[in-house]
Amino acid sequence: MNYTRNLRYCRRQFINVYNNSFSTSVIKSQSVQQVAQPKRICIVGAGPAGFYAAQYLLKQLSDCSVDIVEKLPVPFGLVRFGVAPDHPEVKNVINTFTKTAENPRLRFFGNVTLGTYVTLQELRERYHAVLLTYGADQDRELELHNEQQAHVISARKFVAWYNGLPGAEQLQPDLSGRDVTIVGQGNVAVDVARMLLSPIDNLKVTDTTEYALEALANSKVERVHLVGRRGPLQAAFTIKELREMLKLPQVETRWRAEDFTGVDAQLDKLQRPRKRLTELMLKSLGEQSSRQSGDVSKQFLPIFLRAPKAIVEREMEFAITELQENSAVATSATEKLPADLILRSIGYKSSCADAGINFDARRGQVCNEQGRVLQDKETKQTAPGLYVAGWLGTGPTGVILTTMNGAFAVAKTICNDIAANAFDTTSLKPGFDPSNKPIVTWEGWQRIDKHETEAGKAKGKPREKIVSIPEMLRIAGV
Amino acid sequence: MFCLLLRQSRNSYQIITKQVFKSPVNTVSKALHTTSFLRHGEYEWQDPKSPDEIVNITYVDKDGKRTTVQGKVGDNVLYLAHRHGIEMEGACEASLACTTCHVYVQNKYLDVLNEADEKEDDLLDMAPFLRENSRLGCQIVLDKTMEGMELELPKATRNFYVDGHKPKPH
Repeated sequence: MNYTRNLRYCRRQFINVYNNSFSTSVIKSQSVQQVAQPKRICIVGAGPAGFYAAQYLLKQLSDCSVDIVEKLPVPFGLVRFGVAPDHPEVKNVINTFTKTAENPRLRFFGNVTLGTYVTLQELRERYHAVLLTYGADQDRELELHNEQQAHVISARKFVAWYNGLPGAEQLQPDLSGRDVTIVGQGNVAVDVARMLLSPIDNLKVTDTTEYALEALANSKVERVHLVGRRGPLQAAFTIKELREMLKLPQVETRWRAEDFTGVDAQLDKLQRPRKRLTELMLKSLGEQSSRQSGDVSKQFLPIFLRAPKAIVEREMEFAITELQENSAVATSATEKLPADLILRSIGYKSSCADAGINFDARRGQVCNEQGRVLQDKETKQTAPGLYVAGWLGTGPTGVILTTMNGAFAVAKTICNDIAANAFDTTSLKPGFDPSNKPIVTWEGWQRIDKHETEAGKAKGKPREKIVSIPEMLRIAGV
Repeated sequence: MFCLLLRQSRNSYQIITKQVFKSPVNTVSKALHTTSFLRHGEYEWQDPKSPDEIVNITYVDKDGKRTTVQGKVGDNVLYLAHRHGIEMEGACEASLACTTCHVYVQNKYLDVLNEADEKEDDLLDMAPFLRENSRLGCQIVLDKTMEGMELELPKATRNFYVDGHKPKPH
């Protein structure tokens, strides 16, 4: 197996020499590895932050070996389970991650959960350094009465549902009503709106899970309200996502003219990204009266200056807000919007996977300074050899470039700390022992990948994701 | 504001000139985007067939290190960077879905580049440290007029400033 893997690696290397020059240092390091004890680094979480950090470490430290442990049997985190199915180009990054994974100095252990299967303490004993990159798997709540009702669900869960995150197939969102109200206006909110409003034929050629396609095909949703607390000048969505909405066939975007009072007078003061976004909104607003509505069957309704106040039967009540120094301040006036289904999309937060992590529960992230995890809540001392990167350390914001730069920066810190002997890198560390455990190796993932792409091909989809963990394990040969 | 005006006037100038004179280059760049064989950067690994094809450009990396490389007409500067070990990512593989190949183009060369299209500009709006001379590397395809061009990689990130600048709390 190992031989084939190396052979395949060499072939890929030949084809893809352009990718990263780490490939050449690999060959040099293999001879070094046999004489010196490698620096063993464990990365917890196989999403973008984990893979980018691994890429940097393998390239910069010729005498390191990197293990990535992942809770799920399959890698790539939010690239697989977060990126919208109709944005397949974003998922091209998987090719780069795959090249990293095929480096002989990297091992992938899927189906290993930190905190239950293995503790942080064990990992720290078995590795010179541990980097936590397990992301943000929880979401912020509105903290309103009735929020636990079945028709109020988080956008995060809805995204997980159509993307096939194991466990999320149970969600069964009720799409039998006409109106969906999304609370929040970030790009996740817009992704969800687009999935609800897209013609089903557009989605059939994506890797949207089969059960979600079926539910969306039978959906009775006609209007999606996208509600934000602040005004158009503070809108959280970006121009690319808005432009996609404006171009959706059979969908009309309708703005409220009153939300834009005085907005055009401010245009000249805006920075380029905000200015272009605002211009696009104003252009769309200006065109909406003359727009032909012949071919329109659904509506996208962005609504500004409304703060969530109460959840009532088939409706949601919002306080009308006013802007004071860029913050939304609720007035006594309210407005009710129809809401057969409410999707909450006001941000993610991380969970504390292991009691040994110094975790800020309020902010939902690991306490750290520039990626070095702080020892405890009182002192500013850092825990030697323990790091955090990605959303777990920075909070859930930014595009993939932000995560990449952040992961590179933390990986660089690790390299610097090793060079400065900031923690023990000389004693013998055994690493994770995978023998006799139900773990999914990279070869196991490749079997799942092959199975999924073949199943997808039959339906004209890039892949049909397997959602059940036992089935993943069976196909991986565990 | 001044920068924006400058950009706009530059663009309108380009609309007039570029589309008339640049059509051969456009064809090459389109081929790079639709042909799966070419888009993964194999073309950039071919050496120039004649001196007429050679285009020398310089990359300035995050640490200010300069690397001058010999490219050729039709090379995509993202894949050319990969060939020469320059740390320019390209997460979405030149499909205009990310900003990981964000570069600053030396001002005097801005006019010789193809005008950024709407999709590229939309993505640039998401790039940290956007400047008037920002472009996506994957959208720059070399031609002879780019001889001597310098491309600078952005220095820092939002959370980890290397120049000592502390980000403001939200």
